[in-house]
Amino acid sequence: MQTRYSYGGDEHIFVEMDEEMSLEAFFKSMSITNAVRAAHIDGITEICPANGSFQIKFDPDRIAPDVLMSRLQSLEQAANKAEKRLETRIVEVPVFYRDPWTTETLMRFRERHQDPQSTDLEYAARMNGYDTVEQFIHAHHASPWFVSMVGFVAGLPFLYQLVERSRQIQVPKYLRPRTDTPKHTIGHGGCFGCVYSVRGAGGYQMFGITPMPIYDPTQKVSYLREFMVFFRPGDIVKWKPIDREEYDAITADVAANRYEPRIRKVTFDLDSFNADIDGTNQRLMETLHGV
Amino acid sequence: MAFKVLNPGLLTTVQDLGRPGYFHLGIPMSGAMDRYALRAANLLVGNPEGAAALEAVFMGPQLEFEVDATVAVTGADLPARVDGEPHPAWTAFSVRAGQVLSFDYLKGGARAYIAISGGIDTPPALGSRSTYIIGALGGYHGRALAAGDMVPLGKPGALRHGTEVPDALRRTVGKSAELRVLPGLYWRLITEEAGRNFFEDSWKVAPEADRMGYRFRGGRPFTFEPREQPFGAGSNPSNIVDACYPYGSIQVPGGTEPIVLHRDAVSGGGYFTLGAVISADMDLIGQMQPHTGVRFVKVDMDQALAARAEEAGRLARLREALA
Repeated sequence: MQTRYSYGGDEHIFVEMDEEMSLEAFFKSMSITNAVRAAHIDGITEICPANGSFQIKFDPDRIAPDVLMSRLQSLEQAANKAEKRLETRIVEVPVFYRDPWTTETLMRFRERHQDPQSTDLEYAARMNGYDTVEQFIHAHHASPWFVSMVGFVAGLPFLYQLVERSRQIQVPKYLRPRTDTPKHTIGHGGCFGCVYSVRGAGGYQMFGITPMPIYDPTQKVSYLREFMVFFRPGDIVKWKPIDREEYDAITADVAANRYEPRIRKVTFDLDSFNADIDGTNQRLMETLHGV
Repeated sequence: MAFKVLNPGLLTTVQDLGRPGYFHLGIPMSGAMDRYALRAANLLVGNPEGAAALEAVFMGPQLEFEVDATVAVTGADLPARVDGEPHPAWTAFSVRAGQVLSFDYLKGGARAYIAISGGIDTPPALGSRSTYIIGALGGYHGRALAAGDMVPLGKPGALRHGTEVPDALRRTVGKSAELRVLPGLYWRLITEEAGRNFFEDSWKVAPEADRMGYRFRGGRPFTFEPREQPFGAGSNPSNIVDACYPYGSIQVPGGTEPIVLHRDAVSGGGYFTLGAVISADMDLIGQMQPHTGVRFVKVDMDQALAARAEEAGRLARLREALA
């Protein structure tokens, strides 16, 4: 891993842990951003962690850019020694794959796609060596995912699949981004999955939709009363495939304010995950389902 | 105390100086695209300079006042009328209860700021009244104004009229402009030639130019240094592992049309960025119409900070002039 520092204009410093995505890069970025937050450096106005990088927004009238740059570099030394362990939560997110809404949208934007003859799911299945869409969908929801960044638009989680790199799903982004994506679309681009929190532009392939809101600026949704954004970096997600009937039932429950997502507390330790991926995931599932 | 929207114009939103602090959740700071013009409008009507006002794009709204108020219009050259009577820009004037404020066609710039004494008093969301439309947050029910809306106003101070911003402190954008850029971020991914072309070429503001970002056309396509794409990035050479995007940063999806991110920026994504427009020039972008000619000018950090200090000086002179 090679850390790279750069200025983003006169108000930002951008720090990339590694060009490649990995959980090691995520944990290192998290350690440094935690250290930066704890240091309470005057002049820092925002700390934005991303997948394997982070960004600091600062006021150059309060701290000189080169002074802040050296402070960040010195914090990197300490962060290298930080424990790669998180007290977090695992959340079950229902997914209606091949739903009518994303299907309608993907048909509308076929001319921006690498393969206008296929659906996004057919294309992704083929790109990842699966014989059928069913097998691909199974690979998508069989193992848990890790929220490695929140952003793009309000509350959108980027998700990193918790399997060996050789099994991780990878697909290109659309050739030209769409101008429309249904709210709550389950997307995928590069190695990242996502849930589109609001309707709008998007470049990721579309696989399905969830009935579970993850952003509510009115804070009426029962589990978003405390805060309007549901996801935090470090959350773990398990997709649960559902059909139209269940989709409609959950949508009704959300509207009636009686839907509660299944959430359990878990500890995620990167070293034990790397030592035994399947075993770690097995334990995560047991915690989620209370076995 | 309120005004009624008779006609919203093209896209009129409530904006103040924005809501910093939530970009790590994908919620941008929002706020006036031209913050200098917003501050000037507020100071003219006796508001705190960060009070909420209206930002009107290309076309002004038509508003009927329920109360007596002081009004000022700054930024774009969008001539104001009260019951048909014209009023000069960058100058405070009064509107009586029952009168209608309307606007002529746009003569220059892109965004006019309409400040009203007392300020717009919609409920703040995460510390700001700025409208973030995509997130349905802030402003008037999280959206642009519509006909029939009753927009609440705060308690005004003493009414004043005739106060004006001195000519030297008014800023407008003409047919062409220069934007100063500090190269960096993923600059190294493009070839030396592409980097040279970017600063040599003449660009034009494309029709897709809004609060999220301004797209530019007309320059030569970018070429990339040959390399193997890193794991997780996606296969196009303009793709990166999704990362944060600074405000003002310039991304080039597919290597063709640069996009400068603005106040409603997406907080991150998977396209490389070649650097960022310096903070001193961000207000200028908000006043650019489609087809405005643009040259990007390369600067270093010292020049960026000098330009920033120059802007701060201008603002200090404005405050002094309107004190």
